[in-house]
Amino acid sequence: MSTSIIRRAEAGTTEAAWVRYTLIGISLTFLFLFLVLPLAAVFAEALRKGFDAYWQALKEPDAWSAISLTLITALIAVPLNLVFGIAAAWCIAKYEFKGKSVLTTLVDLPFSVSPVVAGLVYVLMFGAQGWFGPWLQAHDLKVIFAVPGIVLATIFVTFPFIARELIPLMQAQGNEEEQAAIVLGATGWQTFWYVTLPNIKWGLIYGVILCNARAMGEFGAVSVVSGHIRGQTNTMPLHVEILYNEYQSVAAFAVASLLALLALVTLLIKSVAEWRHEREMKAIRDLPPENTQAASSTLPVKAAS
Amino acid sequence: MLSRSAAAAPAKRRAPARVLPGFKITLGYTLMYLCLIVLIPLSALVFKTFTLTWDQFWAAVTGPRVMASYRLTFGASLIAALVNVVFGLLVAWVLVRYQFFGKKVVDALVDLPFALPTAVAGISLTALLAGNGWVGQYLEPLGIQLAFNPNGIVIALIFIGLPFVVRTVQPVLEDAEKELEEAATCLGASRWQTFSKVIFPSIAPALLTGFAMAFARGMGEYGSVIFIAGNMPMISEITPLIIIGKLEQYDYAGATAVATVMLVISFILLLVINGLQTWQRRRSGAPV
Repeated sequence: MSTSIIRRAEAGTTEAAWVRYTLIGISLTFLFLFLVLPLAAVFAEALRKGFDAYWQALKEPDAWSAISLTLITALIAVPLNLVFGIAAAWCIAKYEFKGKSVLTTLVDLPFSVSPVVAGLVYVLMFGAQGWFGPWLQAHDLKVIFAVPGIVLATIFVTFPFIARELIPLMQAQGNEEEQAAIVLGATGWQTFWYVTLPNIKWGLIYGVILCNARAMGEFGAVSVVSGHIRGQTNTMPLHVEILYNEYQSVAAFAVASLLALLALVTLLIKSVAEWRHEREMKAIRDLPPENTQAASSTLPVKAAS
Repeated sequence: MLSRSAAAAPAKRRAPARVLPGFKITLGYTLMYLCLIVLIPLSALVFKTFTLTWDQFWAAVTGPRVMASYRLTFGASLIAALVNVVFGLLVAWVLVRYQFFGKKVVDALVDLPFALPTAVAGISLTALLAGNGWVGQYLEPLGIQLAFNPNGIVIALIFIGLPFVVRTVQPVLEDAEKELEEAATCLGASRWQTFSKVIFPSIAPALLTGFAMAFARGMGEYGSVIFIAGNMPMISEITPLIIIGKLEQYDYAGATAVATVMLVISFILLLVINGLQTWQRRRSGAPV
Protein backbone atom coordinates (compact mmCIF):
# COMPACT_ATOMS: atom_id res chain seq x y z
CA MET A 1 0.00 0.00 0.00
CA SER A 2 1.26 3.45 -0.79
CA THR A 3 2.34 5.37 2.26
CA SER A 4 1.24 8.74 0.86
CA ILE A 5 -2.42 7.72 0.92
CA ILE A 6 -2.12 6.61 4.50
CA ARG A 7 -0.38 9.84 5.40
CA ARG A 8 -3.08 11.95 3.76
CA ALA A 9 -5.85 9.98 5.48
CA GLU A 10 -4.10 10.33 8.80
CA ALA A 11 -3.62 14.05 8.37
CA GLY A 12 -7.39 14.32 8.03
CA THR A 13 -8.00 12.58 11.33
CA THR A 14 -5.64 14.45 13.59
CA GLU A 15 -4.89 18.01 14.56
CA ALA A 16 -2.04 20.39 13.92
CA ALA A 17 0.91 19.86 16.25
CA TRP A 18 0.33 23.06 18.23
CA VAL A 19 -3.29 22.07 18.88
CA ARG A 20 -2.19 18.64 20.05
CA TYR A 21 0.40 20.00 22.43
CA THR A 22 -1.99 22.63 23.79
CA LEU A 23 -4.66 20.03 24.50
CA ILE A 24 -2.17 17.65 26.10
CA GLY A 25 -0.80 20.54 28.15
CA ILE A 26 -4.20 21.67 29.39
CA SER A 27 -5.34 18.21 30.38
CA LEU A 28 -2.08 17.31 32.10
CA THR A 29 -2.20 20.58 34.04
CA PHE A 30 -5.77 19.86 35.06
CA LEU A 31 -4.92 16.32 36.17
CA PHE A 32 -1.85 17.57 38.01
CA LEU A 33 -3.89 20.12 39.96
CA PHE A 34 -6.82 17.85 40.74
CA LEU A 35 -5.22 14.42 41.15
CA VAL A 36 -1.47 14.60 41.69
CA LEU A 37 -1.38 17.55 44.09
CA PRO A 38 -3.98 16.14 46.52
CA LEU A 39 -2.19 12.79 46.50
CA ALA A 40 1.20 14.38 47.10
CA ALA A 41 -0.25 16.59 49.83
CA VAL A 42 -1.32 13.53 51.84
CA PHE A 43 2.25 12.25 52.08
CA ALA A 44 3.78 15.68 52.51
CA GLU A 45 1.48 16.53 55.41
CA ALA A 46 2.02 13.12 56.99
CA LEU A 47 5.80 13.52 56.93
CA ARG A 48 5.87 17.21 57.82
CA LYS A 49 7.33 16.57 61.26
CA GLY A 50 9.63 13.80 60.10
CA PHE A 51 9.55 10.05 60.13
CA ASP A 52 9.50 9.73 63.91
CA ALA A 53 6.27 11.66 64.32
CA TYR A 54 4.81 9.68 61.42
CA TRP A 55 5.78 6.42 63.03
CA GLN A 56 4.51 7.50 66.45
CA ALA A 57 1.11 8.32 64.95
CA LEU A 58 0.85 4.89 63.37
CA LYS A 59 1.93 3.09 66.55
CA GLU A 60 -1.00 4.51 68.53
CA PRO A 61 -3.23 1.71 69.89
CA ASP A 62 -6.32 3.52 68.61
CA ALA A 63 -4.82 3.67 65.14
CA TRP A 64 -4.09 -0.04 65.34
CA SER A 65 -7.58 -0.95 66.38
CA ALA A 66 -8.92 1.20 63.54
CA ILE A 67 -6.65 -0.60 61.08
CA SER A 68 -7.70 -4.04 62.31
CA LEU A 69 -11.41 -3.15 62.27
CA THR A 70 -11.03 -1.89 58.71
CA LEU A 71 -9.31 -5.13 57.68
CA ILE A 72 -11.97 -7.28 59.37
CA THR A 73 -14.75 -5.32 57.69
CA ALA A 74 -13.20 -5.72 54.27
CA LEU A 75 -12.50 -9.40 54.91
CA ILE A 76 -16.21 -10.03 55.51
CA ALA A 77 -17.72 -7.61 52.99
CA VAL A 78 -15.56 -8.35 49.94
CA PRO A 79 -16.02 -12.17 49.83
CA LEU A 80 -19.78 -11.81 50.33
CA ASN A 81 -20.02 -9.33 47.48
CA LEU A 82 -17.73 -11.53 45.40
CA VAL A 83 -20.08 -14.51 45.67
CA PHE A 84 -23.03 -12.25 44.92
CA GLY A 85 -21.22 -10.61 42.02
CA ILE A 86 -20.46 -13.92 40.34
CA ALA A 87 -23.99 -15.26 40.89
CA ALA A 88 -25.60 -12.05 39.62
CA ALA A 89 -23.31 -11.83 36.59
CA TRP A 90 -23.93 -15.49 35.74
CA CYS A 91 -27.72 -15.21 35.71
CA ILE A 92 -27.83 -11.76 34.09
CA ALA A 93 -25.18 -12.35 31.43
CA LYS A 94 -25.85 -15.95 30.47
CA TYR A 95 -29.66 -16.06 30.31
CA GLU A 96 -32.62 -14.14 28.96
CA PHE A 97 -35.54 -13.75 31.32
CA LYS A 98 -38.39 -11.42 32.13
CA GLY A 99 -37.49 -8.48 34.32
CA LYS A 100 -33.78 -8.76 33.55
CA SER A 101 -33.33 -5.04 32.96
CA VAL A 102 -35.16 -4.26 36.20
CA LEU A 103 -32.85 -6.60 38.06
CA THR A 104 -29.79 -4.99 36.46
CA THR A 105 -31.03 -1.56 37.51
CA LEU A 106 -31.67 -2.75 41.07
CA VAL A 107 -28.16 -4.18 41.30
CA ASP A 108 -26.87 -0.71 40.40
CA LEU A 109 -29.09 1.00 42.95
CA PRO A 110 -26.55 1.25 45.82
CA PHE A 111 -24.27 3.25 43.50
CA SER A 112 -26.73 6.10 43.32
CA VAL A 113 -27.94 6.06 46.92
CA SER A 114 -26.08 8.56 49.07
CA PRO A 115 -23.82 6.79 51.59
CA VAL A 116 -25.51 8.72 54.37
CA VAL A 117 -28.91 7.37 53.33
CA ALA A 118 -27.37 3.88 53.18
CA GLY A 119 -26.24 4.21 56.78
CA LEU A 120 -29.59 5.63 57.85
CA VAL A 121 -31.63 2.69 56.52
CA TYR A 122 -29.70 0.31 58.77
CA VAL A 123 -30.28 2.58 61.74
CA LEU A 124 -34.00 2.43 60.92
CA MET A 125 -33.83 -1.38 60.78
CA PHE A 126 -31.58 -2.20 63.71
CA GLY A 127 -31.36 1.00 65.79
CA ALA A 128 -32.99 1.37 69.22
CA GLN A 129 -36.19 2.67 67.61
CA GLY A 130 -35.92 0.50 64.50
CA TRP A 131 -37.86 -2.55 63.32
CA PHE A 132 -35.63 -5.09 65.05
CA GLY A 133 -34.39 -2.73 67.77
CA PRO A 134 -36.51 -4.04 70.67
CA TRP A 135 -35.85 -7.67 69.72
CA LEU A 136 -32.10 -7.06 69.51
CA GLN A 137 -32.10 -5.30 72.86
CA ALA A 138 -34.06 -8.14 74.47
CA HIS A 139 -31.42 -10.58 73.26
CA ASP A 140 -28.56 -8.26 74.18
CA LEU A 141 -27.33 -8.00 70.62
CA LYS A 142 -25.86 -4.86 69.15
CA VAL A 143 -25.81 -4.04 65.46
CA ILE A 144 -25.86 -0.26 65.33
CA PHE A 145 -22.90 1.48 66.99
CA ALA A 146 -21.13 -1.87 66.77
CA VAL A 147 -19.16 -3.93 64.27
CA PRO A 148 -22.10 -5.73 62.55
CA GLY A 149 -23.64 -2.40 61.54
CA ILE A 150 -20.33 -1.25 60.09
CA VAL A 151 -20.01 -4.46 58.10
CA LEU A 152 -23.61 -4.22 56.83
CA ALA A 153 -23.23 -0.60 55.75
CA THR A 154 -19.98 -1.47 53.97
CA ILE A 155 -21.61 -4.38 52.16
CA PHE A 156 -24.40 -2.08 50.99
CA VAL A 157 -22.07 0.58 49.64
CA THR A 158 -19.76 -1.87 47.84
CA PHE A 159 -22.63 -4.12 46.74
CA PRO A 160 -22.56 -3.58 42.92
CA PHE A 161 -18.81 -3.30 42.32
CA ILE A 162 -17.94 -6.88 41.33
CA ALA A 163 -21.25 -7.58 39.58
CA ARG A 164 -20.87 -4.34 37.56
CA GLU A 165 -17.42 -5.36 36.43
CA LEU A 166 -18.40 -8.91 35.46
CA ILE A 167 -21.76 -8.42 33.72
CA PRO A 168 -20.52 -6.60 30.58
CA LEU A 169 -17.46 -8.85 30.42
CA MET A 170 -19.50 -12.06 30.51
CA GLN A 171 -22.11 -10.68 28.13
CA ALA A 172 -19.42 -9.83 25.60
CA GLN A 173 -17.98 -13.33 25.80
CA GLY A 174 -21.26 -15.05 25.04
CA ASN A 175 -22.23 -18.62 25.88
CA GLU A 176 -20.59 -20.70 23.16
CA GLU A 177 -17.59 -21.87 25.13
CA GLU A 178 -19.67 -22.86 28.15
CA GLN A 179 -22.21 -24.65 25.98
CA ALA A 180 -19.42 -26.59 24.31
CA ALA A 181 -18.10 -27.65 27.71
CA ILE A 182 -21.54 -28.81 28.85
CA VAL A 183 -22.13 -30.71 25.63
CA LEU A 184 -18.76 -32.41 26.11
CA GLY A 185 -19.95 -33.61 29.50
CA ALA A 186 -18.53 -31.12 31.98
CA THR A 187 -20.50 -30.41 35.13
CA GLY A 188 -21.68 -26.92 35.94
CA TRP A 189 -18.82 -26.36 38.38
CA GLN A 190 -16.21 -27.69 35.97
CA THR A 191 -17.57 -25.40 33.27
CA PHE A 192 -17.40 -22.41 35.53
CA TRP A 193 -14.01 -23.28 36.95
CA TYR A 194 -12.18 -24.24 33.76
CA VAL A 195 -14.01 -22.23 31.09
CA THR A 196 -15.67 -19.14 32.52
CA LEU A 197 -13.25 -18.22 35.28
CA PRO A 198 -10.10 -18.07 33.10
CA ASN A 199 -12.01 -15.79 30.72
CA ILE A 200 -13.12 -13.34 33.38
CA LYS A 201 -10.21 -13.49 35.78
CA TRP A 202 -8.77 -10.03 35.08
CA GLY A 203 -12.18 -8.37 35.34
CA LEU A 204 -12.78 -10.31 38.51
CA ILE A 205 -9.47 -9.21 40.02
CA TYR A 206 -10.19 -5.60 39.13
CA GLY A 207 -13.68 -5.80 40.62
CA VAL A 208 -12.37 -7.34 43.83
CA ILE A 209 -9.61 -4.80 44.41
CA LEU A 210 -11.91 -1.87 43.63
CA CYS A 211 -14.53 -3.32 45.96
CA ASN A 212 -11.84 -3.75 48.58
CA ALA A 213 -10.61 -0.17 48.21
CA ARG A 214 -14.13 1.16 48.64
CA ALA A 215 -14.81 -1.20 51.57
CA MET A 216 -11.72 -0.02 53.42
CA GLY A 217 -12.28 3.62 52.57
CA GLU A 218 -16.02 3.99 53.05
CA PHE A 219 -16.80 6.99 55.20
CA GLY A 220 -20.36 8.33 54.98
CA ALA A 221 -22.36 5.15 55.53
CA VAL A 222 -20.03 3.82 58.21
CA SER A 223 -19.99 7.17 59.97
CA VAL A 224 -23.78 7.00 60.47
CA VAL A 225 -23.81 3.51 61.99
CA SER A 226 -20.51 3.46 63.88
CA GLY A 227 -21.13 5.71 66.86
CA HIS A 228 -17.46 6.75 66.73
CA ILE A 229 -16.31 4.85 69.81
CA ARG A 230 -12.55 5.22 69.87
CA GLY A 231 -10.67 1.96 69.83
CA GLN A 232 -13.87 -0.01 69.25
CA THR A 233 -16.00 1.11 66.32
CA ASN A 234 -13.63 3.42 64.49
CA THR A 235 -12.52 2.39 61.05
CA MET A 236 -9.49 4.05 59.48
CA PRO A 237 -11.42 6.80 57.65
CA LEU A 238 -13.36 7.60 60.83
CA HIS A 239 -10.14 7.67 62.81
CA VAL A 240 -8.72 10.11 60.27
CA GLU A 241 -11.74 12.34 60.79
CA ILE A 242 -11.43 12.32 64.59
CA LEU A 243 -7.72 13.11 64.52
CA TYR A 244 -8.28 15.84 61.94
CA ASN A 245 -11.03 17.47 63.97
CA GLU A 246 -8.76 17.36 67.03
CA TYR A 247 -6.16 19.31 65.02
CA GLN A 248 -3.74 16.38 65.13
CA SER A 249 -2.92 17.02 61.52
CA VAL A 250 0.21 14.88 61.24
CA ALA A 251 -1.47 11.88 62.85
CA ALA A 252 -4.56 12.28 60.68
CA PHE A 253 -2.49 12.42 57.50
CA ALA A 254 -0.31 9.53 58.68
CA VAL A 255 -3.34 7.23 58.86
CA ALA A 256 -4.66 8.81 55.65
CA SER A 257 -1.35 8.03 53.94
CA LEU A 258 -1.95 4.32 54.54
CA LEU A 259 -5.29 4.63 52.78
CA ALA A 260 -3.65 6.60 49.97
CA LEU A 261 -1.07 3.82 49.61
CA LEU A 262 -3.91 1.34 49.41
CA ALA A 263 -5.41 3.44 46.61
CA LEU A 264 -2.08 3.48 44.75
CA VAL A 265 -1.68 -0.28 45.08
CA THR A 266 -5.25 -0.68 43.83
CA LEU A 267 -4.49 1.42 40.75
CA LEU A 268 -1.29 -0.52 40.14
CA ILE A 269 -2.99 -3.92 40.30
CA LYS A 270 -5.77 -2.59 38.11
CA SER A 271 -3.33 -1.39 35.45
CA VAL A 272 -1.39 -4.64 35.50
CA ALA A 273 -4.64 -6.60 35.17
CA GLU A 274 -5.67 -4.43 32.23
CA TRP A 275 -2.34 -4.77 30.44
CA ARG A 276 -2.28 -8.54 30.95
CA HIS A 277 -5.83 -8.76 29.67
CA GLU A 278 -4.97 -6.74 26.57
CA ARG A 279 -1.95 -8.90 25.91
CA GLU A 280 -4.04 -12.06 26.13
CA MET A 281 -6.60 -10.57 23.77
CA LYS A 282 -3.85 -9.68 21.32
CA ALA A 283 -2.52 -13.23 21.51
CA ILE A 284 -5.98 -14.56 20.65
CA ARG A 285 -6.27 -12.10 17.77
CA ASP A 286 -2.94 -13.27 16.37
CA LEU A 287 -4.09 -16.90 16.24
CA PRO A 288 -4.45 -18.59 12.84
CA PRO A 289 -7.68 -17.74 10.97
CA GLU A 290 -9.61 -20.91 11.87
CA ASN A 291 -9.66 -19.76 15.47
CA THR A 292 -10.90 -16.24 14.86
CA GLN A 293 -14.50 -17.26 15.48
CA ALA A 294 -13.69 -17.95 19.11
CA ALA A 295 -11.53 -14.87 19.31
CA SER A 296 -14.08 -12.48 17.88
CA SER A 297 -16.65 -13.40 20.50
CA THR A 298 -14.24 -12.34 23.23
CA LEU A 299 -12.89 -9.20 21.60
CA PRO A 300 -14.92 -6.21 22.77
CA VAL A 301 -14.34 -6.74 26.45
CA LYS A 302 -12.78 -3.54 27.64
CA ALA A 303 -15.78 -2.48 29.64
CA ALA A 304 -16.41 0.92 31.12
CA SER A 305 -16.79 0.72 34.83
CA MET B 1 -24.08 -31.17 42.43
CA LEU B 2 -27.03 -28.93 42.90
CA SER B 3 -26.38 -27.03 39.72
CA ARG B 4 -26.22 -30.20 37.65
CA SER B 5 -29.59 -31.52 38.78
CA ALA B 6 -31.11 -28.07 38.41
CA ALA B 7 -29.86 -27.94 34.85
CA ALA B 8 -31.14 -31.27 33.66
CA ALA B 9 -34.82 -30.42 33.84
CA PRO B 10 -34.95 -27.09 31.98
CA ALA B 11 -32.46 -28.32 29.40
CA LYS B 12 -34.92 -31.00 28.33
CA ARG B 13 -37.93 -28.74 28.30
CA ARG B 14 -36.50 -25.57 26.87
CA ALA B 15 -33.48 -26.43 24.80
CA PRO B 16 -31.40 -24.73 23.52
CA ALA B 17 -31.90 -21.47 25.41
CA ARG B 18 -30.88 -22.85 28.80
CA VAL B 19 -28.25 -25.42 28.18
CA LEU B 20 -26.11 -23.88 30.87
CA PRO B 21 -26.81 -25.00 34.41
CA GLY B 22 -27.25 -22.80 37.42
CA PHE B 23 -29.92 -20.37 36.33
CA LYS B 24 -32.33 -21.00 39.19
CA ILE B 25 -29.74 -21.10 41.92
CA THR B 26 -27.86 -17.99 40.80
CA LEU B 27 -31.05 -16.01 40.18
CA GLY B 28 -32.47 -17.14 43.51
CA TYR B 29 -29.32 -16.22 45.37
CA THR B 30 -29.09 -12.86 43.59
CA LEU B 31 -32.67 -11.99 44.47
CA MET B 32 -32.30 -13.10 48.08
CA TYR B 33 -29.10 -11.18 48.65
CA LEU B 34 -30.53 -8.13 46.87
CA CYS B 35 -33.60 -8.19 49.10
CA LEU B 36 -31.66 -8.69 52.32
CA ILE B 37 -29.00 -6.06 51.74
CA VAL B 38 -30.72 -3.44 49.59
CA LEU B 39 -34.48 -3.73 49.11
CA ILE B 40 -35.70 -4.53 52.63
CA PRO B 41 -33.50 -1.86 54.27
CA LEU B 42 -34.58 0.73 51.69
CA SER B 43 -38.22 -0.21 52.22
CA ALA B 44 -37.68 0.41 55.95
CA LEU B 45 -36.96 4.00 54.98
CA VAL B 46 -40.15 4.26 52.95
CA PHE B 47 -42.30 2.66 55.66
CA LYS B 48 -40.84 4.92 58.31
CA THR B 49 -41.74 7.90 56.12
CA PHE B 50 -45.35 6.70 55.91
CA THR B 51 -45.63 6.87 59.71
CA LEU B 52 -45.32 10.66 59.39
CA THR B 53 -48.32 12.80 58.62
CA TRP B 54 -48.15 14.80 55.41
CA ASP B 55 -47.72 18.05 57.34
CA GLN B 56 -44.86 16.63 59.40
CA PHE B 57 -43.21 15.35 56.26
CA TRP B 58 -43.66 18.62 54.38
CA ALA B 59 -42.37 20.67 57.31
CA ALA B 60 -39.29 18.46 57.59
CA VAL B 61 -38.36 18.55 53.91
CA THR B 62 -39.08 22.23 53.21
CA GLY B 63 -37.55 23.95 56.23
CA PRO B 64 -35.43 26.96 55.20
CA ARG B 65 -32.17 25.26 56.19
CA VAL B 66 -33.11 22.15 54.25
CA MET B 67 -34.16 24.17 51.20
CA ALA B 68 -30.85 26.04 51.27
CA SER B 69 -29.04 22.68 51.38
CA TYR B 70 -30.96 21.38 48.32
CA ARG B 71 -30.02 24.49 46.37
CA LEU B 72 -26.40 24.18 47.38
CA THR B 73 -26.11 20.42 46.74
CA PHE B 74 -27.90 20.69 43.41
CA GLY B 75 -25.99 23.76 42.26
CA ALA B 76 -22.56 22.51 43.30
CA SER B 77 -23.15 19.09 41.72
CA LEU B 78 -24.34 20.73 38.52
CA ILE B 79 -21.35 23.06 38.22
CA ALA B 80 -18.91 20.28 39.09
CA ALA B 81 -20.49 17.90 36.57
CA LEU B 82 -20.35 20.58 33.85
CA VAL B 83 -16.67 21.24 34.55
CA ASN B 84 -16.09 17.50 34.42
CA VAL B 85 -17.83 17.23 31.06
CA VAL B 86 -15.41 19.75 29.56
CA PHE B 87 -12.23 18.45 31.16
CA GLY B 88 -13.32 14.81 31.14
CA LEU B 89 -13.87 14.96 27.39
CA LEU B 90 -10.53 16.68 26.95
CA VAL B 91 -8.69 14.08 29.04
CA ALA B 92 -10.44 11.18 27.29
CA TRP B 93 -9.60 12.72 23.91
CA VAL B 94 -5.96 13.22 24.77
CA LEU B 95 -5.66 9.70 26.19
CA VAL B 96 -7.26 8.05 23.15
CA ARG B 97 -5.92 10.14 20.29
CA TYR B 98 -2.45 11.34 21.24
CA GLN B 99 0.81 9.73 22.24
CA PHE B 100 2.92 11.29 24.95
CA PHE B 101 5.42 10.32 27.60
CA GLY B 102 3.85 8.74 30.68
CA LYS B 103 0.47 8.17 29.07
CA LYS B 104 -0.09 4.83 30.77
CA VAL B 105 0.58 6.33 34.20
CA VAL B 106 -1.80 9.20 33.50
CA ASP B 107 -4.42 6.75 32.28
CA ALA B 108 -4.12 4.73 35.48
CA LEU B 109 -4.19 7.85 37.63
CA VAL B 110 -7.58 8.92 36.28
CA ASP B 111 -9.17 6.22 38.45
CA LEU B 112 -7.63 7.68 41.62
CA PRO B 113 -10.90 9.25 42.83
CA PHE B 114 -12.53 5.79 42.62
CA ALA B 115 -9.80 4.25 44.74
CA LEU B 116 -8.91 7.02 47.18
CA PRO B 117 -11.18 7.08 50.25
CA THR B 118 -13.36 10.17 50.19
CA ALA B 119 -12.30 11.29 53.64
CA VAL B 120 -8.67 11.28 52.55
CA ALA B 121 -9.53 13.32 49.47
CA GLY B 122 -11.45 15.71 51.71
CA ILE B 123 -8.70 16.47 54.21
CA SER B 124 -6.07 16.59 51.50
CA LEU B 125 -7.98 19.10 49.32
CA THR B 126 -8.65 21.13 52.44
CA ALA B 127 -4.97 21.15 53.34
CA LEU B 128 -4.11 22.30 49.80
CA LEU B 129 -6.66 25.08 49.61
CA ALA B 130 -6.63 26.43 53.16
CA GLY B 131 -4.93 29.79 53.67
CA ASN B 132 -1.56 28.21 54.51
CA GLY B 133 -1.75 25.36 51.98
CA TRP B 134 0.34 24.80 48.85
CA VAL B 135 -2.28 26.36 46.62
CA GLY B 136 -4.20 28.49 49.11
CA GLN B 137 -1.20 30.61 50.07
CA TYR B 138 -0.98 31.99 46.54
CA LEU B 139 -4.70 32.51 46.12
CA GLU B 140 -5.44 34.18 49.43
CA PRO B 141 -3.48 37.40 48.69
CA LEU B 142 -5.55 37.66 45.49
CA GLY B 143 -8.73 37.53 47.54
CA ILE B 144 -9.71 34.08 46.27
CA GLN B 145 -10.95 31.71 48.96
CA LEU B 146 -11.55 28.16 47.87
CA ALA B 147 -11.81 26.32 51.19
CA PHE B 148 -14.56 26.51 53.81
CA ASN B 149 -17.20 27.87 51.45
CA PRO B 150 -19.28 26.60 48.49
CA ASN B 151 -16.26 26.90 46.15
CA GLY B 152 -14.60 24.12 48.11
CA ILE B 153 -17.64 21.89 47.67
CA VAL B 154 -17.48 22.35 43.89
CA ILE B 155 -13.78 21.48 43.85
CA ALA B 156 -14.30 18.34 45.94
CA LEU B 157 -17.12 17.25 43.62
CA ILE B 158 -14.96 17.87 40.53
CA PHE B 159 -12.38 15.53 42.04
CA ILE B 160 -15.00 12.88 42.83
CA GLY B 161 -16.79 13.03 39.47
CA LEU B 162 -13.91 13.23 36.98
CA PRO B 163 -13.41 9.49 36.31
CA PHE B 164 -17.10 8.98 35.58
CA VAL B 165 -16.95 11.22 32.51
CA VAL B 166 -13.52 10.04 31.32
CA ARG B 167 -14.34 6.36 31.68
CA THR B 168 -17.67 6.57 29.87
CA VAL B 169 -16.37 8.66 26.97
CA GLN B 170 -13.03 6.87 26.51
CA PRO B 171 -14.30 3.49 25.18
CA VAL B 172 -16.70 5.22 22.78
CA LEU B 173 -13.89 7.35 21.40
CA GLU B 174 -11.72 4.25 21.05
CA ASP B 175 -14.41 2.51 19.03
CA ALA B 176 -15.17 5.52 16.82
CA GLU B 177 -14.57 4.73 13.18
CA LYS B 178 -11.81 6.76 11.62
CA GLU B 179 -13.30 6.21 8.17
CA LEU B 180 -16.10 8.67 8.97
CA GLU B 181 -13.58 11.36 9.81
CA GLU B 182 -11.60 10.59 6.68
CA ALA B 183 -14.76 10.86 4.63
CA ALA B 184 -15.59 14.21 6.22
CA THR B 185 -12.10 15.51 5.46
CA CYS B 186 -12.28 14.30 1.87
CA LEU B 187 -15.60 16.09 1.50
CA GLY B 188 -13.87 19.32 2.51
CA ALA B 189 -14.75 19.66 6.18
CA SER B 190 -12.33 21.50 8.40
CA ARG B 191 -11.00 19.66 11.44
CA TRP B 192 -13.32 21.63 13.71
CA GLN B 193 -16.32 20.86 11.50
CA THR B 194 -15.40 17.18 11.55
CA PHE B 195 -15.25 17.28 15.32
CA SER B 196 -18.46 19.19 15.90
CA LYS B 197 -20.55 17.51 13.18
CA VAL B 198 -19.15 13.96 13.05
CA ILE B 199 -17.27 13.04 16.22
CA PHE B 200 -19.24 14.99 18.80
CA PRO B 201 -22.69 13.60 17.89
CA SER B 202 -21.34 10.07 18.18
CA ILE B 203 -19.94 10.63 21.69
CA ALA B 204 -22.73 12.89 22.92
CA PRO B 205 -24.77 10.06 24.54
CA ALA B 206 -21.71 8.81 26.41
CA LEU B 207 -20.87 12.35 27.47
CA LEU B 208 -24.40 12.85 28.79
CA THR B 209 -24.23 9.54 30.65
CA GLY B 210 -20.96 10.56 32.24
CA PHE B 211 -22.45 13.92 33.16
CA ALA B 212 -25.47 12.27 34.79
CA MET B 213 -23.27 9.82 36.70
CA ALA B 214 -20.97 12.56 37.99
CA PHE B 215 -24.00 14.65 38.92
CA ALA B 216 -25.69 11.74 40.74
CA ARG B 217 -22.52 10.98 42.64
CA GLY B 218 -22.15 14.63 43.59
CA MET B 219 -25.68 14.85 44.95
CA GLY B 220 -25.00 12.06 47.43
CA GLU B 221 -21.36 12.76 48.22
CA TYR B 222 -20.50 13.27 51.86
CA GLY B 223 -16.97 12.26 52.88
CA SER B 224 -14.92 14.55 50.72
CA VAL B 225 -17.23 17.53 51.06
CA ILE B 226 -17.71 17.95 54.80
CA PHE B 227 -14.05 18.70 55.49
CA ILE B 228 -13.72 21.44 52.91
CA ALA B 229 -17.22 22.93 53.09
CA GLY B 230 -16.98 24.72 56.40
CA ASN B 231 -20.53 23.49 57.04
CA MET B 232 -22.17 26.81 57.83
CA PRO B 233 -25.98 26.52 58.04
CA MET B 234 -27.74 28.17 55.09
CA ILE B 235 -24.42 28.77 53.30
CA SER B 236 -22.31 25.65 52.96
CA GLU B 237 -24.32 22.82 54.49
CA ILE B 238 -25.04 19.96 52.07
CA THR B 239 -28.17 17.78 52.27
CA PRO B 240 -26.46 14.59 53.54
CA LEU B 241 -25.07 16.67 56.40
CA ILE B 242 -28.61 17.82 57.25
CA ILE B 243 -29.55 14.14 57.64
CA ILE B 244 -26.57 13.52 59.92
CA GLY B 245 -27.42 16.63 61.95
CA LYS B 246 -31.00 15.50 62.45
CA LEU B 247 -29.82 12.02 63.45
CA GLU B 248 -27.46 13.47 66.03
CA GLN B 249 -30.42 15.30 67.57
CA TYR B 250 -32.39 12.01 67.56
CA ASP B 251 -34.83 13.53 65.06
CA TYR B 252 -35.30 10.22 63.25
CA ALA B 253 -38.52 11.34 61.57
CA GLY B 254 -36.90 14.45 60.12
CA ALA B 255 -33.82 12.55 58.98
CA THR B 256 -36.01 9.92 57.32
CA ALA B 257 -38.09 12.52 55.51
CA VAL B 258 -35.06 14.27 54.03
CA ALA B 259 -33.47 10.92 53.20
CA THR B 260 -36.62 9.90 51.32
CA VAL B 261 -36.38 13.03 49.19
CA MET B 262 -32.75 12.14 48.40
CA LEU B 263 -33.71 8.55 47.65
CA VAL B 264 -36.39 9.68 45.19
CA ILE B 265 -33.87 11.97 43.49
CA SER B 266 -31.36 9.13 43.18
CA PHE B 267 -34.07 6.84 41.76
CA ILE B 268 -34.90 9.43 39.11
CA LEU B 269 -31.22 9.93 38.26
CA LEU B 270 -30.70 6.18 38.05
CA LEU B 271 -33.57 5.86 35.58
CA VAL B 272 -32.21 8.76 33.54
CA ILE B 273 -28.75 7.16 33.45
CA ASN B 274 -30.24 3.83 32.40
CA GLY B 275 -32.22 5.50 29.63
CA LEU B 276 -29.11 7.32 28.43
CA GLN B 277 -27.11 4.10 28.38
CA THR B 278 -29.77 2.35 26.33
CA TRP B 279 -29.77 5.27 23.90
CA GLN B 280 -25.99 5.14 23.70
CA ARG B 281 -25.99 1.40 22.98
CA ARG B 282 -28.58 1.83 20.27
CA ARG B 283 -26.59 4.68 18.73
CA SER B 284 -23.39 2.71 18.62
CA GLY B 285 -25.23 -0.38 17.39
CA ALA B 286 -23.57 -2.59 19.97
CA PRO B 287 -25.42 -5.79 20.79
CA VAL B 288 -24.74 -5.59 24.53
